[in-house]
Amino acid sequence: MTPDQARQVIEEALAQVAPDVDIGGITPDTDLRDDLGLDSLDFLRFVEILSGRTGTQIAEDDYPHLATLASAVKWLAGG
Amino acid sequence: MPALGADMDEGTVLEWLVKPGDEVHKGDVIAVIDTAKSAIDVESFYTGTVEQLLIGVGQTVPVGTVLAMIAEPAAQPAAQPPPAGPVEHKEPERPPRPAAPPKRKLKRVPAGEGHPTATISPLIRKRAHELGVDLAKLRGTGHEGTVTRADVERAAAGQQAAALKPPSRAPSRVRATPRARRLAAELGVDMAGLTGTGPDGSVKEADVRRAVPAREAAPAREAAPAREAAPAREAVQPTAASAARSGAERAQSMRQAIGRLMARSKREIPHYYVGNTVDMTRSLDWLHERNRELEVSERLVPAALLLKAAALAARQVPDLNGYWLDDQFSPADAVHLGLVISLRGGGLLAPAIHDAADLRLAELMSRMRDLVIRARAGRLRGSELTDATITVTNLGDQGVESVFGVIYPPQVALVGFGKVSERPVAVGGLIGVRPVVVTTLAADHRASDAMTGARYLAEVSDLLQRPEEL
Repeated sequence: MTPDQARQVIEEALAQVAPDVDIGGITPDTDLRDDLGLDSLDFLRFVEILSGRTGTQIAEDDYPHLATLASAVKWLAGG
Repeated sequence: MPALGADMDEGTVLEWLVKPGDEVHKGDVIAVIDTAKSAIDVESFYTGTVEQLLIGVGQTVPVGTVLAMIAEPAAQPAAQPPPAGPVEHKEPERPPRPAAPPKRKLKRVPAGEGHPTATISPLIRKRAHELGVDLAKLRGTGHEGTVTRADVERAAAGQQAAALKPPSRAPSRVRATPRARRLAAELGVDMAGLTGTGPDGSVKEADVRRAVPAREAAPAREAAPAREAAPAREAVQPTAASAARSGAERAQSMRQAIGRLMARSKREIPHYYVGNTVDMTRSLDWLHERNRELEVSERLVPAALLLKAAALAARQVPDLNGYWLDDQFSPADAVHLGLVISLRGGGLLAPAIHDAADLRLAELMSRMRDLVIRARAGRLRGSELTDATITVTNLGDQGVESVFGVIYPPQVALVGFGKVSERPVAVGGLIGVRPVVVTTLAADHRASDAMTGARYLAEVSDLLQRPEEL
């Protein structure tokens, strides 16, 4: 998966989980949970969508990789 | 029109999911009702055959108004006063009346969807756009229900009037026995209109029963049953029913509803507060171990453990689980755990997870997820909004350490959970870093004392040390 594909999947998942979030306003350093106000259920849904779309197994231990857009893109693209 | 929460005094029919002739069972969703806070799926209180729909889509009526008539499978005419409520039983001699256009879609549709916008002329469409009127919500008065210019302008005037309307009065509390209150809710009797014959003028069961025939005989008021009210009801055919509220209206009415209820809570309920810090090491370790094996969709979040502990503790400390009604505490016989859910776009709802103390964690987790999704989509059921016996607010995800809540009357306790965060903790004479959560309880001092509250929080803490038993 290229970084661009990863970014697109992440943005789509966020749009689904938090329809009120302005996706365009997310910077690479935006904290996806705290800054976007995702609660633990939203975040779980986010992980679920990412996992489904990318076919990547995402364990709880991997959650820190999904902290920001930049780290999530890097992790998903790098595998 | 059932009261879908202590803060509701009127509701708007958004959609009928049944039509005359349909068989319904107790608990079936039969209508979608819009309240100040949200659209709610309303369930039938009866099993039988739908006879008539009395209140049309788009009409707003006070709590207690009869919405529809349901004939019982083997109706015994006039054997006893017919129970009312959102749905009143059939009275055989009642002449048939035209009912609201039946809708059978599972999907929510805006009121007036029977008039496709395709039949509206471009000029009128333009006028509607200028005035900010949603054509999908309009009911046309023109030929075959087409929307006319007058309809659009009336709707615009109505919207302005609605925006200027002062907030409605909070309903005054009526003294009544729990039995009477329950019966009144079942029969759809407005307690405020009753004269009590009990001690201190409190309303008794018999007073409620007496009120049913009296209402039958009442002159044509909108809230009166079908026969007498028929002409009046026809006259109030809404031309400009903005049935589903717009975002701004919703936000405003939501704030007003929350404001009324919380002001009443703080005015009437002498709150006391207790708090505790709970070591979450065992719970989180257990959770982490369990989740390691599972697909994302089956994983638990810490909130599930907190809710289960809150529910179990409520069963063990029953003085906090129930309602304060008529100067006394009525314990509930089940734990229906209210969960405060913040809505995107502002406001909140506190629907109940039924029998939460008996659910396995995985089940509790899926109910919680389902409830959040439906609360945000406006697809909660009436029973979910009225049945909570104790409520939990979990603000941990918002990063605060602790939250001391405001009790939802007539409940008597509200449990708060803050963020699970790592803190230095003394363990066995040494300082260690451990995950902890601050648990709090706001409780009604009329129903219990702080000793009881302390016992409750100690129970929650104990339960969280034995996660495998949750």
